[in-house]
Amino acid sequence: MELTRRDAVAALATLGVGGAAALGARNWQRDDRSDVVDDELVRNTLVAAAEVVYPSDVSGTATFVETFLEGRLERDDHARGLRETTAEFNDVSEQWHGDEFPALSQADRDRMLREVGADTAEEIPDGTLAERVRYYVVNDLLLALYSSPTGGELVGIENPQGHPGGTDTYQRGPEA
Amino acid sequence: MSADRTPIEDADVCVIGAGPAGALVADRLADAGRRVVVLEAGPRFDPDDRFERSERAIRPAYDLPDVWDGDPERDAHVSSNEDWFYPLNHTRVKGVGGSTLHWQGMVMRLHEDDFDSASERGVGVDWPIDYADLQPYYAEAEREIGVAGADDNPFAPPREEPHPMPAFKPSYSDGLFAEACENVEVAMHSVPNARNSETYDGRSACSGYGTCQPVCPSVAKYDATVHVERAEEKGVTVIDRAPVQYLEHDADSITAAVYATPDGEHRQEADSFVIACGGVETPRLLLLSESEQYPNGLANSSGLVGKFFMDHLFAGMGGTLEEPTRQNHVGFLTSESHQFYDDADEEVGPFKLEFFNYAGPSPVESALGGDDWGDELLERLRREYGTHVGMGALVEQLPREDSYVTLDPDRTDDRGNPVPDVHWNVGERALRTLERANEIQREILEELGAEITWQVGPENTGPAYHHMGTTRMGDDPDESVVNARLRTHDLENCWIVGSSVFPTGGAMNPTLTIAALALRAAEHVDAEL
Ligand SMILES: Cc1cc2nc3c(=O)[nH]c(=O)nc-3n(C[C@H](O)[C@H](O)[C@H](O)COP(=O)(O)OP(=O)(O)OC[C@H]3O[C@@H](n4cnc5c(N)ncnc54)[C@H](O)[C@@H]3O)c2cc1C
Ligand code: SF4
Repeated sequence: MELTRRDAVAALATLGVGGAAALGARNWQRDDRSDVVDDELVRNTLVAAAEVVYPSDVSGTATFVETFLEGRLERDDHARGLRETTAEFNDVSEQWHGDEFPALSQADRDRMLREVGADTAEEIPDGTLAERVRYYVVNDLLLALYSSPTGGELVGIENPQGHPGGTDTYQRGPEA
Repeated sequence: MSADRTPIEDADVCVIGAGPAGALVADRLADAGRRVVVLEAGPRFDPDDRFERSERAIRPAYDLPDVWDGDPERDAHVSSNEDWFYPLNHTRVKGVGGSTLHWQGMVMRLHEDDFDSASERGVGVDWPIDYADLQPYYAEAEREIGVAGADDNPFAPPREEPHPMPAFKPSYSDGLFAEACENVEVAMHSVPNARNSETYDGRSACSGYGTCQPVCPSVAKYDATVHVERAEEKGVTVIDRAPVQYLEHDADSITAAVYATPDGEHRQEADSFVIACGGVETPRLLLLSESEQYPNGLANSSGLVGKFFMDHLFAGMGGTLEEPTRQNHVGFLTSESHQFYDDADEEVGPFKLEFFNYAGPSPVESALGGDDWGDELLERLRREYGTHVGMGALVEQLPREDSYVTLDPDRTDDRGNPVPDVHWNVGERALRTLERANEIQREILEELGAEITWQVGPENTGPAYHHMGTTRMGDDPDESVVNARLRTHDLENCWIVGSSVFPTGGAMNPTLTIAALALRAAEHVDAEL
């Protein structure tokens, strides 16, 4: 199933960030926060992680994640935690696998996420690296996907919790 | 809105607490031209943060009280009955709007017999007022709050006019239940919702976010900020982050409310005081205001302040069908049955049945809480979601001596005040009623062909988050704290609004009755000024 920009905007609207007007204002190439990590790496890390945590028959992931991320970076606290976590995570990736996370093969990325403990960790925004990777990377991606209409549809609910899909869908039967 | 938290001059009325009870009284008194100040313990929340709060409601990193910035030190409490733990901070919100920021928004009237429990059912006590006394105020409360409902409930008490908005249509799963209910002769009907089925009062219609409880990111679900804002437009001063510490008084009246603020303590004088702090903090404030005249607590000559704490109990059952049930699109209910409500007697209390629209896991929440991802996760979500059905019920408990709110002398809050101890007990009749509700739920679910996977009954029940009974209303000053007009028997300028004045609880969600009583009390407060 194809994820669209509309899905990302819908997911963002759900979480109250950006809105269509604010999107596109950010220039990915601009690297004005190089003290922490450049947002290019944040983006590549999230896109690379999405390829692992999203189901395999989902396409359009890169655009979806980029659009979603633009909105997420508008929220200062979240952006700070996300940048720091991504930086640390890639450092560890360098140490353990000799390369930054986005450069690893998909199988190694899956392994890396598990090695760091993000599969079993509870999400905690100011917790250990495992807990933060779970919060800012894994769960943020899952939240974006499964509160978007396309993500909901994958499971069979076209108006998932958190998405303002109106008051018709709950009345409809499965064949409608 | 300003950060000036100093008292106002020449106040006619000081209202304490900015939940629906306090907000409605303030708004009404402003209409009557009174000079009103509202002191609210919690903060004023920024409406723009609602989406972030709604995200917190979905994410496992946050606990329910975090959604509305609960503070464990400020809100410290004790639950001294180990058999009946009471999770107080899951059951209230402190801030402008009060607990309605978090509520579900089901708003129904009590039944006629609820006002006459002793005479009609042989247990509990009678209220000093009847349904007929409250009926016009119920209608007014429905207009104020904005209730979507229909006239299709054959068990409801008499109405004088239609609800302000049409009811929400039944859900797909209501339709599945309807067939089974018909076979076992249970009548279903709509649910009155404090939620806009169409634009109402300048607020937009529900758009199906599905996180209604604990946050509606749109303004479709009513909360008491509606009336706080309306009151402010009429000139009422609302001071947030201003917890009242105690009430200064002489033998016959309150002279000032002493409140803390981030920049020091202040005294608010007024001709009359309306206490609207909810069913736990209202008795606590009276107990904290003890003095030589009132050594057991203010307005407590009867000794009943804090006594007879009641909540409604939850009974539920659910399972899965072999077909899709389309759950979790919206976070509110569209069908109930009040068929068994008026069968209540000494042995079994009143209860109402609810048909869920959000049975089973919500896929988003389920995704965030697992230790799988990718295809494996999707397979799990598909397996988990889709075929659940569920039913709930609210059950009455009786007022009991051994169920009460008191102060814990050994534990203090962030300001050094003894914390509330909610010592909760429910009694045998409530347990029997839970069993009876379970019986009917099982009959319906079995008729529906459900494989039953969970049950909440006498062994594992919990509270429905309605704090009632702790400053009960009555005609006899020895047997009650406030009179039928909601003025305390002891003090001539002290009024109490909220479910703490309910002598018995019935089994209906309390807030419409709280609102009706508040509108009625506002007239009395005004008349006696
Ligand atoms: C999860 C949940 C779901 C609910 N669902 C429903 C429902 O579907 N239907 C229904 O009818 N009811 C429901 N309720 C209950 C409903 O929210 C309450 O009945 C209602 O809010 C009570 O109104 P109130 O104004 O009396 O008290 P509250 O709304 O609790 O407001 C009291 C206010 O007083 C303030 N206060 C306390 N102490 C002080 C002090 N010392 N000084 C100054 N201010 C103080 C508090 O901070 C608070 O803001 C639900 C509640 C919860 C928690
Ligand atoms: S479904 Fe609930 S949360 Fe969503 S708009 Fe309607 S009332 Fe608000």
